[in-house]
Amino acid sequence: MSEQVMKRGLTKRIIPCLDIKDGRTVKGTNFVDLRDAGDPVELGALYAAQGADELVFLDITATVEKRKTLAELVNKISHHINIPFTVGGGISSVENVKELLGNGADKISVNTAAFNRPQLIAELEKEFGSQCVVLAIDTKKEEDGEWYVYLHGGRTKTNTKCVDWAKQAVGLGAGEILLTSMNHDGTKAGFALDITKTLSELLSVPVIASGGGGKMEHFETVFNEAQADAALAASIFHFKEIAIPDLKRYLYEHQIPVRI
Amino acid sequence: MSIVIIKYNAGNIQSVLYALERIGAEATVTDDPAAIRAASKVIFPGVGEASSAMAYLKERKLDELILSLKQPVLGICLGMQLMCSYSEENDTPCLGIFEEKVLRFQQPEQGAAVKIPQIGWNNIYDLKTALFSEVKEESYCYFVHSYYAALGAHTIATTDYTKAYSAGLHRDNFYGVQFHPEKSAQVGEQILKNFINLI
Repeated sequence: MSEQVMKRGLTKRIIPCLDIKDGRTVKGTNFVDLRDAGDPVELGALYAAQGADELVFLDITATVEKRKTLAELVNKISHHINIPFTVGGGISSVENVKELLGNGADKISVNTAAFNRPQLIAELEKEFGSQCVVLAIDTKKEEDGEWYVYLHGGRTKTNTKCVDWAKQAVGLGAGEILLTSMNHDGTKAGFALDITKTLSELLSVPVIASGGGGKMEHFETVFNEAQADAALAASIFHFKEIAIPDLKRYLYEHQIPVRI
Repeated sequence: MSIVIIKYNAGNIQSVLYALERIGAEATVTDDPAAIRAASKVIFPGVGEASSAMAYLKERKLDELILSLKQPVLGICLGMQLMCSYSEENDTPCLGIFEEKVLRFQQPEQGAAVKIPQIGWNNIYDLKTALFSEVKEESYCYFVHSYYAALGAHTIATTDYTKAYSAGLHRDNFYGVQFHPEKSAQVGEQILKNFINLI
């Protein structure tokens, strides 16, 4: 290993995502075929101990009845985890967010509800500050070469371009963009570099790249070439295909600023 | 030993409370002046906007109360900024415990554009005082902010983002940190422990 000179400054973040259903962690391929990958609190604490920079908990079955369960889970997570975490899934009101932040979440992510009523972003920004409002965008590149916004976990296509929605949302007060490429999600063939780069260069707020991370070099590329501020992945961590300490060491050796 | 977290309109107060629980310390969240005065340690957290937070503190005379405290006080993030003399955020006069001014990050004159707010993990260095006992130089802490306190006589920790600025401040019994020790993994827990162990 070559001698490394420690450079000061903000680091790139590695963010494991834990999809939650009925209080358990699950992760599907292309949003279907769910598999059980463990207890979210235990898994989250393990990732934190391994050097994950943040965590995202996405409640994929968020319904009104389950809201209470989610708040309880968030409370349990915040008692046990010493790094920041974001909670998303079915959030549609200031009241939802108040409950989740009140139980210790650092940030929340909104998706479909914000698209259907963009003013939600402004309301959340006013009430809680942009630093805790993450806009999640599921996007897909169509045959015309353009990236479009999809809703409802990727089931509903819109005619809105990803770039336009991201710009509007940042203007309304979104503090970060969590960008998932549906073309890449689950493929382990690498992140969507073009749209990630476009948004990173265009927006004043951080962009979290998601979907497609399968090898350590994919992370290097999304940071170096697409200028992502953070990269998110799920199953490769859950199924121990890549260990976070190994990934961080790899990035460090490739001159990517990371916390190790 | 009684630790009080000052309750006001700028939280994430729960996170601080839970972080203290993780290191085995009990704390009370309150805006009751008698309880705050009687505490052995006072934590002044905060995430939010400076002018509305200052207005809230003034309305309840918590500003005078904080200034009168003699026990160790730790301001976190916005809490630290409010302990400075002035914040550029909506042109807000603050508590004036630290003379340092709070300014908004500007894009660097040279080099690549940066994201504002700064969100994520950055190094702290030139560490001074017992608040950073057993904390290594260049340790990483978690930051979320668009405004920063300039370097000055009271700086006890420095971080670089567009320029070097105060990640920590200290004067007499007053301490402040710009980062979130409650979210800064083991390093943050060590800093909270150190604060609790201050005499």
